[in-house]
Amino acid sequence: MEFNAGIAIQRTGVQRAYPVLRAVVDFSRRKPLGAVGGAAMVFFIIIALGANVISPHDARKLNADYVFAPPSSERLLGGDSVGRDVLSRLIFGSRVSLGVGLASVALGISLGALLGIVSAYLGGTFDLLVQRVVDAFLAFPAIILGLTIVSVLGSSVFNVILALVFVLTPGSVRTARSQALAIKEMDYVLAARAVGADSWRIVMKHLVPNCMAIFIILFTITLGLAIIVESSLSFLGVGVPPNVPSWGGMLSEAGAGNFDRAPWLAIVPGVAISAVVFAVNFLGDALRDVLDPRLRMG
Amino acid sequence: MTVYALKRLFLFIPTLIIVSFVIFGVMRVIPGDPALLVLVGDQGEGSYTQEEYDEVKKKLGLDKPLVHQYVNWIGRVLKLEFGSSFFYHNLTVATELKARMPVTAQLAIMAVVISFIIAVPLGVLSAVRQDTLFDYVSKAITISGVAMPTFWVGILIVFFSARFFDYLPPLRYADLWEHPWHNLQQMIFPALALAFNNMAFTARVTRSSMLEVLREDYIRTARSKGLVEMVVVFRHALKNAFLPVITVSAWQFSRLIGGAVIIEVIFQVPGVGRLLIESVLRRDLDFVQSIILVTAGLVLVVNLVTDLCYGWLNPRVRYA
Repeated sequence: MEFNAGIAIQRTGVQRAYPVLRAVVDFSRRKPLGAVGGAAMVFFIIIALGANVISPHDARKLNADYVFAPPSSERLLGGDSVGRDVLSRLIFGSRVSLGVGLASVALGISLGALLGIVSAYLGGTFDLLVQRVVDAFLAFPAIILGLTIVSVLGSSVFNVILALVFVLTPGSVRTARSQALAIKEMDYVLAARAVGADSWRIVMKHLVPNCMAIFIILFTITLGLAIIVESSLSFLGVGVPPNVPSWGGMLSEAGAGNFDRAPWLAIVPGVAISAVVFAVNFLGDALRDVLDPRLRMG
Repeated sequence: MTVYALKRLFLFIPTLIIVSFVIFGVMRVIPGDPALLVLVGDQGEGSYTQEEYDEVKKKLGLDKPLVHQYVNWIGRVLKLEFGSSFFYHNLTVATELKARMPVTAQLAIMAVVISFIIAVPLGVLSAVRQDTLFDYVSKAITISGVAMPTFWVGILIVFFSARFFDYLPPLRYADLWEHPWHNLQQMIFPALALAFNNMAFTARVTRSSMLEVLREDYIRTARSKGLVEMVVVFRHALKNAFLPVITVSAWQFSRLIGGAVIIEVIFQVPGVGRLLIESVLRRDLDFVQSIILVTAGLVLVVNLVTDLCYGWLNPRVRYA
């Protein structure tokens, strides 16, 4: 996949009629793995949205009959230490992982990209200041930053999202800034300035659209990180509240002592996290190759 | 280069000031009154009078306005007095960091070295055998390293080794210099868990860097001279492809200094990360502030050293 020359997508009649569909088909042909990742993400999102309908049992109901119950036709993934249905908890947990992940990444990347672009465009003191603040945030270990913020705000889904925005924004400021710095020197920006466009117009009409590729790439790459940090926080008990089923929380409840009796408790949620991050990474890698081959890192 | 280093060092000052603002601000907004915690304990079983409360507040310096508290703290930090715990008077930041920083550093070094030893051959081979089965398998392994959360790998290692090797996270930590063998036994598992994650990145960078170099003219020249493939790959290609690999390893090291938190908790390694979590949870304000400030400073220094090494190893790099 490394040597795919950038094949220009041909504009056919079909493409003009169904541009999105056509792009999706083209993408799947060139990057089958990426397409699989994308399809998997769509699948996970459908599960998260339809959790109410899909989950076979009540995710929070304790049931003494199913304490450490092994997987069976009744309980496909068995029961946990208090007899709750593992499959249902897994399905509802996807809401936390994907919801928190998508929301925090959307917020963090948008904020970061805008700040990075403006910082690159304005330069000078503002740029220097923003870069120092970014340095300061990047010097914090991500988990500690998230942990401290959540313990300040109290544990709730919203606060975890907020904490993740703080974790994710600085990195994307960096990336967007370096991209915008390159675009700023392009002739079309010069041309725009020559015909008298003001700063607002140049940023919004020229810099932002041309940073779109990097925005999409950052989105997918950061999503994996966000999902892992969220599950780490929940694992440490400072993520989403304990009564909300989450994958990280399920892993922390698994407990070393129960591994003999019920190994699936420690395996199933981890597989779910990995599967989502896998899918996101495949999709992200493929999108990066297609949209901006210069960014390829390996 | 000296000018560049000095410039970078100078920029540390604003960055560290901002770090101190952020961490001070965040810590002072944390709900939970440390004075109250000191008096009544975690469970809230103790009782106290208003006078006692005021006195504790005064002793901890919490009765002063925030600006005053900040200036006080920074003043002490500048004199290299990092303060002590609110709760355990014999615990000072300096002694704790001195005891725990080497543990975390050892863990980080072991993790980086292990990942280096595994990842570099993996990356080189998959570049040389690009698009073969080996390449795909190694790709699958490296992507799993990124996709599997480190803490999950950690608990799986703990659970499996408890099940099959009767291993348990140690209750007492063995010092590296006093009981080297015990120490290595304790540290190898957490180091492996961290290495698995790092390895992924190192291998990918090695592979892409090798692929780039293998296309260079001097590689073709070396081959056409009739050199053995081994010599071409290792002496001509790898040597030139090594720089990004070193940068990535150094970057991982600086990240692990503060970021091995979860693994330290899972494997009960008494490092800086666990110290931080424990102090955050007990609202030990001065303690957390100073530790984070020192860690952040350390991360900045490691990053700078990495950048300088980069230029030293590769004279083509010019500092802007």
